[in-house]
Amino acid sequence: MADWDPSKPILEIENLSISFFTRAREIPAVMDFSCSVMPGEAMGLVGESGCGKSTVALAVMRDLGKTGRIVAGSIRFKGRDLTTMTEAELQKIRGSEMAMIYQEPMASLNPAMKIGAQLAEVPVIHEGMSKSDAWALARQIVADVRLPDPDRILNAYPHQLSGGQQQRIVIAMALMSKPALLILDEPTTALDVTVEAGIVDLVKALGEKYGTSMLFISHNLGLVLDVCDRICVMYSGEAVETGNVEQVFTEMRHPYTQALFRSIPLPGADKNARPLISIPGNFPLPHERPPGCNFGPRCDYFQAGRCDAAEIPMFPVPGDRHASRCLRWDEIDWTAPPAKRVAKEKLPVGEVVLKMEDLKKYYSVSTGAFGGGATKVVKANETLSFEAREGETLAIVGESGCGKSTFAKVLMGLETATDGQIMLFDENVQSTPIQKRGADTISQVQMVFQNPFDTLNPSMTVGRQIIRALEIFGVGDSDADRERRMLELLDLVKLPRAFAERMPRQLSGGQKQRVGIARAFAGGAKVVVADEPVSALDVSVQAAVTDLLMDIQRQNRTTLLFISHDLSIVRYLSDRVMVMYLGHVVEMGTTDQVFAPPYHPYTEALLSAVPIADPHVEKKRIVLEGEIPSAVNPPPGCPFQTRCRWKSQVPGNLCEVEVPPVQVLEGGHQIKCHLSAEVLAKMEPVIKIAAE
Amino acid sequence: MLLFVLRRIGVMILTALALTFVVFYLTNLPPNLEKLAKSEASARMTDEQVDSWLASNGFAQPVLTRYAEWLGVLPGWTGTSSDGKPMGRCLNRIPAGETPPAYCGILQGNWGWSTVFKQPVSEVLGRSLGHTGWLMLWVMIVMVPTSLILGVLSGMREGSRTDRVLSTFAIATTATPEYVSGVIFIALFASATAGISPWLAEMGWIEGKTLFQGTATSAMDGLTFWNFGLPVLTIALYGIGYIARMTRASMTEVMTQQYIRTARLKGVSFREVVMKHALRNALIAPFTVIMLQFPWLLNGVVIVETLFNYKGFGWTLVQAAGNNDINMLLACSVVAVFVVLVTQLISDIGYVFLNPRIRLA
Repeated sequence: MADWDPSKPILEIENLSISFFTRAREIPAVMDFSCSVMPGEAMGLVGESGCGKSTVALAVMRDLGKTGRIVAGSIRFKGRDLTTMTEAELQKIRGSEMAMIYQEPMASLNPAMKIGAQLAEVPVIHEGMSKSDAWALARQIVADVRLPDPDRILNAYPHQLSGGQQQRIVIAMALMSKPALLILDEPTTALDVTVEAGIVDLVKALGEKYGTSMLFISHNLGLVLDVCDRICVMYSGEAVETGNVEQVFTEMRHPYTQALFRSIPLPGADKNARPLISIPGNFPLPHERPPGCNFGPRCDYFQAGRCDAAEIPMFPVPGDRHASRCLRWDEIDWTAPPAKRVAKEKLPVGEVVLKMEDLKKYYSVSTGAFGGGATKVVKANETLSFEAREGETLAIVGESGCGKSTFAKVLMGLETATDGQIMLFDENVQSTPIQKRGADTISQVQMVFQNPFDTLNPSMTVGRQIIRALEIFGVGDSDADRERRMLELLDLVKLPRAFAERMPRQLSGGQKQRVGIARAFAGGAKVVVADEPVSALDVSVQAAVTDLLMDIQRQNRTTLLFISHDLSIVRYLSDRVMVMYLGHVVEMGTTDQVFAPPYHPYTEALLSAVPIADPHVEKKRIVLEGEIPSAVNPPPGCPFQTRCRWKSQVPGNLCEVEVPPVQVLEGGHQIKCHLSAEVLAKMEPVIKIAAE
Repeated sequence: MLLFVLRRIGVMILTALALTFVVFYLTNLPPNLEKLAKSEASARMTDEQVDSWLASNGFAQPVLTRYAEWLGVLPGWTGTSSDGKPMGRCLNRIPAGETPPAYCGILQGNWGWSTVFKQPVSEVLGRSLGHTGWLMLWVMIVMVPTSLILGVLSGMREGSRTDRVLSTFAIATTATPEYVSGVIFIALFASATAGISPWLAEMGWIEGKTLFQGTATSAMDGLTFWNFGLPVLTIALYGIGYIARMTRASMTEVMTQQYIRTARLKGVSFREVVMKHALRNALIAPFTVIMLQFPWLLNGVVIVETLFNYKGFGWTLVQAAGNNDINMLLACSVVAVFVVLVTQLISDIGYVFLNPRIRLA
């Protein structure tokens, strides 16, 4: 573009308002949104689901669908207004000058087209390149995004690649024409942390290599800190704070930003001494926004008559292009410690309630699509031994495919163990499927599921579902009795009693998860398996639900088995941690032991991969090479040997031949590794908190 | 792949055995046999005469034995008629002097004698299948491209005016059964007193009295647009609506997929998005439906062939069923099983080629 001055912003959004038009009404999705991205700059767009961040991205691409319309404002890309462009002009820009990377890589690749054809299409359309040149370029870019064996990949179909590889292909596709602006919409949300770390590194490196500007959309503050230079925090369709990333993270000037940071588990947080503070109330629906400040009803600094009087504009704040949509930004004492933080007592742990010994779960799978083919054994769990005590929180950590869900299924009785023992109190349950377990055993071991949206029956009221659980567990003598108990359970999970009459669709995600928790505790569960209970929820809701689980645990002295891939939350709430990789427990110990050196090499990489939303934290960057091996075809010897960076420290080819023994270090800290005690002792901490 | 095909063929044989046995059993129920005896010999037979006729024609044996004879795994029955001539399953219509074979079931290629057409079943069946083959071919040639085009056009922009108009057409045609649409077509285009033909004749634009011919009998000797258009249209129309609806549903779903958005935001033009990205994915589901249409066509063929007096498979089936022609009916059921399972096999194999995510072992 000859008439564009490179010192000007590459993308300038001014007072943008977007509405969706339904038959009933106009739903404003984004209001008065402004931001600008300079060449080579990475802008982070942060907010909870429904805040309008993806809508902004789609508006920049001018792909809002039939119902969405830009009602006011302008989007200027390299000085030209995108809002007035014709379809033909947009087609020229899309893919060549700006490109987008999406959340679900599998869904965004055409399943019936070879990878190479999908990549080569871009230069063929935009640069009129010949097919063979385009394939050659595709091959080069595939190598650029660090994928092994580009020729094989070009001729593969999307389903033949792993999630991480697919995302790299989507990135490669976006880079085919060397765009000036790259929009990334939650590019790593569907991926495992160690894979995410690789993708983030790649995006940063490519951004530098090609000088691409980025609009990076994420709900993960840590990730934004990692990738971006500038940040824009959105709440309910509005930008509430914008500025330099470090400045916003350390000197935030909007109550929502502050509340957001207080609700995420940062390394200093502790469930007893410094519990998280959840944001009270719920996110307003687009057509039920309050007058004045949208965050007003949930804000600690709210002043009636002022904050709800009129629409609030952005106020400039001293600093690097820092601005806040808060009337009181210079009145509030931002350094004051939160008032509501109540330190709680540490819960003493009691007797052993659950004990597993050498638990094994193997599946046999046949490889042929129509029967036939060789039968292979998948070792989902390999010699799992541990015990859990009353009132204790044991976290089970690992990436997808590590066997943590299989373990939960075996414990619940949905599957029976291949070998080994599970002692629940004094009962052997390893080979009793759930159908044969007594109501007693079932009500004592319950589960809270990952996705609250799918686990409630959509055509039954909330109250009825809880009563149904009570009936099955044999709680209460009469209907009236159970009704009373159900209302008590709603009190327990801090839901209004009126919710008993509601249908699940009328509830928000956090509220549904509370119902799920109420159902799990209906029979007075002693052991609760929480399978990623908060990972589907928004950040501000996560804190509240975690808090609730902790409270109930305190009251009932429940043993909580907390399955998660999110190390921040594990560090915050668990007493002991068990790290799993490909069916093996690679490390087990108290939270302090696991989160401090010596580490198992896998734990070390996992810790380093977790993005932390605190600029004071210094992290050692360890990016794992390669993919997680398939459980159908695990590597010989140590399961982690294919990706381990410490392998050279072990003499000979021990790692490739022999499954390492469990080393017990001081304090009962267990590590399944061949590394000698001296090498382990020399390990440095991955996370350092710089002195303030 | 080979194993898969072999297994499918095995299933096909088993199904054919089961189905033919059911048909065999039903057509050989005593009242049916009595009716057969009376129509073959004399309508005024006494019950004793019927019994002796059945006995001397081999019908007195147990059903299973006779089924095995029909299959050709047991030797055909032999006996003597009331007037002393040797009789037997394999004796019929063997030129004098030759020794009759011991086995003469379908395994030996002997489909039996059709009592209605007074001809070997294989001859009648061959001829009628030939006629129906032409009908099916033209129906497919008209139906498949039309319905796919309609479906894709209406599905690529869901809710647009094109979509609504085409959808209305598709629903209307698929809601009209052949015996209704066939009659309407005849009245409109092939009647000398109603529809547009008298008017066209008056204007002198057509030579004969009607635009189209109301019967397709002459099509058996030579196909023309005018004698074959209406039967083809009648069958095709119903299928067009059905397949177009399927294609539309599949197309609208594909158009909302994320990879379509990816393509659009790559800068691919709408035309290319539809042709290169959406079409192949959208055709996966209708392909199975089209293949399922083949066996279903057999059903439509019965009505249309009778309506237009076209002596194909459907017409033959109706004649055979109306007169309890056991051998003919059995042969028809074997053909039906064959058609159904072969189209299923083609559909499964074709599916693999359309959908790269599926691979046969």
